[in-house]
Amino acid sequence: MKGRRVTDDAKRSGFSRRSFLRGGAAGALSGGLATGLLAGEAGAAAADAEATETVGPGPVEIELEVNGVASRLAVEPRVTLLDGLRDRLDVTGPKRVCDRGTCGACTVLEDGRPIYACSRLMIESAGRSITTVEGLGSPDAMHDVQQAFVDHDAQQCGYCTPGFVVATAALLARHPAPSEPEIEAGLGGNFCRCGTYKGIRAVVAGGKGGGVSGG
Amino acid sequence: MADYSWPEADRRAQIGARPARLDGPVKSTGFAKYPSDQNPRGLLAAKILTCPHAHARIVRIDTSAAEAMAGVRVVHVIQGEGSEIQWAGDEVAAVAAVTEDVARDALRAIQVDYEVLPHFVTEEDRDQAPGAREAGERAEGDPDAAFATAHRTVERTLGMPQMAHMCLEPHGQVCSWDGDELEVDASTQAVSTLAGQFATELGVPASQVRIRTEYMGGGFGSKFSPDRWGIVGAELARKAGAPVKLFLERDQEVTVAGSRPSAFARIRAAADEQGKLVAWDSDSWGSGGLPGTGQTPLPYVFSRLPNRRTRHTSVPTNLAGSRAWRAPNHPQACFLTMAVLDDLADELGLDPIDFLERNLDLTGRPDTYREQLTIAAGMASWKERWQPRGRRRESAVQRGLGVSVHTWGGRGHSSNCDVTVHPDGAVEARIGSQDIGTGTRTIVAQVLAETFGLELHQVRVSLGDNVYPQSGPSGGSSTVGGVTASTRRAAQDALREVLVHVAPRLEAEPEQLVAEGGRVFVDGDSSRGIPWPEAAAQIGGAPISVQGRNPGPGRLISSGVGGVQIAEVEVDTETGVVHVERMIAVQDCGLIINRRLAESQVYGGLIMGVGYALYEEWIPDPVSGRLLNADMEFYKLAGLVDVGSLEVHMMTGPGYDERGVIGLGEPPVISPGAAISNAVANAIGVRVPYLPLTPDRVLDALAGRGGPA
Repeated sequence: MKGRRVTDDAKRSGFSRRSFLRGGAAGALSGGLATGLLAGEAGAAAADAEATETVGPGPVEIELEVNGVASRLAVEPRVTLLDGLRDRLDVTGPKRVCDRGTCGACTVLEDGRPIYACSRLMIESAGRSITTVEGLGSPDAMHDVQQAFVDHDAQQCGYCTPGFVVATAALLARHPAPSEPEIEAGLGGNFCRCGTYKGIRAVVAGGKGGGVSGG
Repeated sequence: MADYSWPEADRRAQIGARPARLDGPVKSTGFAKYPSDQNPRGLLAAKILTCPHAHARIVRIDTSAAEAMAGVRVVHVIQGEGSEIQWAGDEVAAVAAVTEDVARDALRAIQVDYEVLPHFVTEEDRDQAPGAREAGERAEGDPDAAFATAHRTVERTLGMPQMAHMCLEPHGQVCSWDGDELEVDASTQAVSTLAGQFATELGVPASQVRIRTEYMGGGFGSKFSPDRWGIVGAELARKAGAPVKLFLERDQEVTVAGSRPSAFARIRAAADEQGKLVAWDSDSWGSGGLPGTGQTPLPYVFSRLPNRRTRHTSVPTNLAGSRAWRAPNHPQACFLTMAVLDDLADELGLDPIDFLERNLDLTGRPDTYREQLTIAAGMASWKERWQPRGRRRESAVQRGLGVSVHTWGGRGHSSNCDVTVHPDGAVEARIGSQDIGTGTRTIVAQVLAETFGLELHQVRVSLGDNVYPQSGPSGGSSTVGGVTASTRRAAQDALREVLVHVAPRLEAEPEQLVAEGGRVFVDGDSSRGIPWPEAAAQIGGAPISVQGRNPGPGRLISSGVGGVQIAEVEVDTETGVVHVERMIAVQDCGLIINRRLAESQVYGGLIMGVGYALYEEWIPDPVSGRLLNADMEFYKLAGLVDVGSLEVHMMTGPGYDERGVIGLGEPPVISPGAAISNAVANAIGVRVPYLPLTPDRVLDALAGRGGPA
């Protein structure tokens, strides 16, 4: 499913979630209804659809950028960004743990901002840029925060780690020397079961943000 | 007879060092592929329909609508008409479909009619339990006479509820068939023993079942078996002719995939005028769901207490059966015992550390505990800072200190390891163990590198696959002893074979040679040596391959450790909120292979301990029989900001190292509940009788109300 790398031209082309959805909804209506007496109603329905952006329940074609790679795929509107990443794009760094916005294991960056991927529909991320833990660095070229997680042994089983790494990177990008309330706001929404908070504290205290891309 | 031992302290390059875990980079970058991350071609998604009733009989089940749905490949009835269901969340049917969403749609289309039956889920009220079973009474000495003449006696009713393992990677697996051959990517703690269990259930030879677990997202004692969902997943894959991924949803994970038994007890304990324990009488009960639960070992640690009587009642409930939870039975026994001893010390007007010290002869390792109590007290500035219970400052917020001691075995399990030396100098170990996050991969590599005098990056460790030599399940802190013993023995044997080939070249006897610092040389004359690759080349064209087996305790490994923990808390007496300010752990575990990973185990134990001391509990609803908090919003784990300052002191070096390697996963999680409860009692002047120490329980205790458990 992974597509071509996003080029500057593609970025400049002005693809947006709104314009895409509008085009898709109007197109679907014109195919079946734009004749005779119903044409006027179709026009009204199209105007309503434009206002409410009705899509689905069938698959909707979307395009989004994941770790610098443009992907075009058709997903049902009910598919979460997390499930779409994991099941459709095989981007399995973000983990599904609580699946309802509590534990933070699915944290990814959307246009540079940390979000719970389990609590976002994939179609909501259409036209946006998603950075997962894999997009921050690789084992041979780790992001500073990833390196710090290794150095401070801030991981055991490692299942919460992708979410914590992304959340920590986002925190340190905004606050290189975060205060206690900033730490609570930035990392209070992530949980670890093995008990690696001592190491994560050390990562945060080290303050090596290194910046995050995708913003 | 070959001599197997660890190098002397001054000749260790790897043992006791602090190398980073080898799989750290793949984990911190998300490149590590866990079983739940496997997406083989043609993968189907499976979901399980569970029973919403705690006790019911299936009257009718109709799967026809589900079977007719587009995208549904297989519908499988697990428990058919007439089956009696004994807990909410028990598995009724399963569906394999093209996507998870389609599988969930199909579950909703399955019609099940139940005859709902009476249930019981609240075991703290033993008198109401329909199936309570006396599980034995034991007595030693004459407790009645000892209580009659004792100087001080306390009596308490205490307890802690059932709680969840809450593995972040849910239980489950991906099953793929190739003809009669089954491959299972399983999130398991038992790579080498799982195949046989799958094989028996599926009717294929165990030799045709492959288990792979390169990484796994936490087990804590709950992932030793294929479980029903494992067998069902394999059946679905067989019927569908396609790989099937089946991982539990979070509510299922919390409800059926792992809980720790509860423990309640009415306890009397007495001491004489010298502060010596003279009598114990405990009447305990608890539940691990439908099977009830066995007796917790009371009195804990002070097991030689004279004049004792213990009774236990097992209380079955309509809840899924419990599983081994990190240090089975010990956290419960520790809390029940240490809380009562702490209250007795207060009754005697003694500092609790002083009181424990006066009674160490009743424990199995008095010298260890004495030394550890001294160290822990020093770290906490206990002598300067501890004060008797009672209001000490004019503030709603009160501070307190509490102490606890614990013990564990930690003997290495059965383990085989193949070590191969190639003529080009490459060295590898293959072992059917698993790295559940403790660092097994890293410590096996350290043992290899130590033995051959190489760096960590020069050796290779393959584990997490049952094609490798069998190694035991990772439970009871048995892995580190098992795998280091088998690896060291194989490595020493393989090295001896190499040295036989090298000896003529160096005009020496093999016994004179050592492998250190990337070279093989005559011990005491490093100029008479050659680099390792050149030494390995002497073995000829074929590699040397040796299997090592752990024969049990000896010079390499042993068992039996003690530990002491001190907690410092702040309690807001107006809101009932407890905050752990500081936890101190003094722990021994024999010879430490990796200091960094050993400390991580202890930090992790403390953090998990803060969780069950303050937040974690299963909350069954007596009306519906279902858990009210089968999620992560209302089943609370400790977060980063909840755990306070953590300080760890490892007992290591001369006097400890000689015992060899001993497991460490369980011991540090035993004491936190007791130490934190004792600190709260010290802060507010009264015992909060139940864990977790939630604000309502704290306020009840402050108000002099017993309150519900």
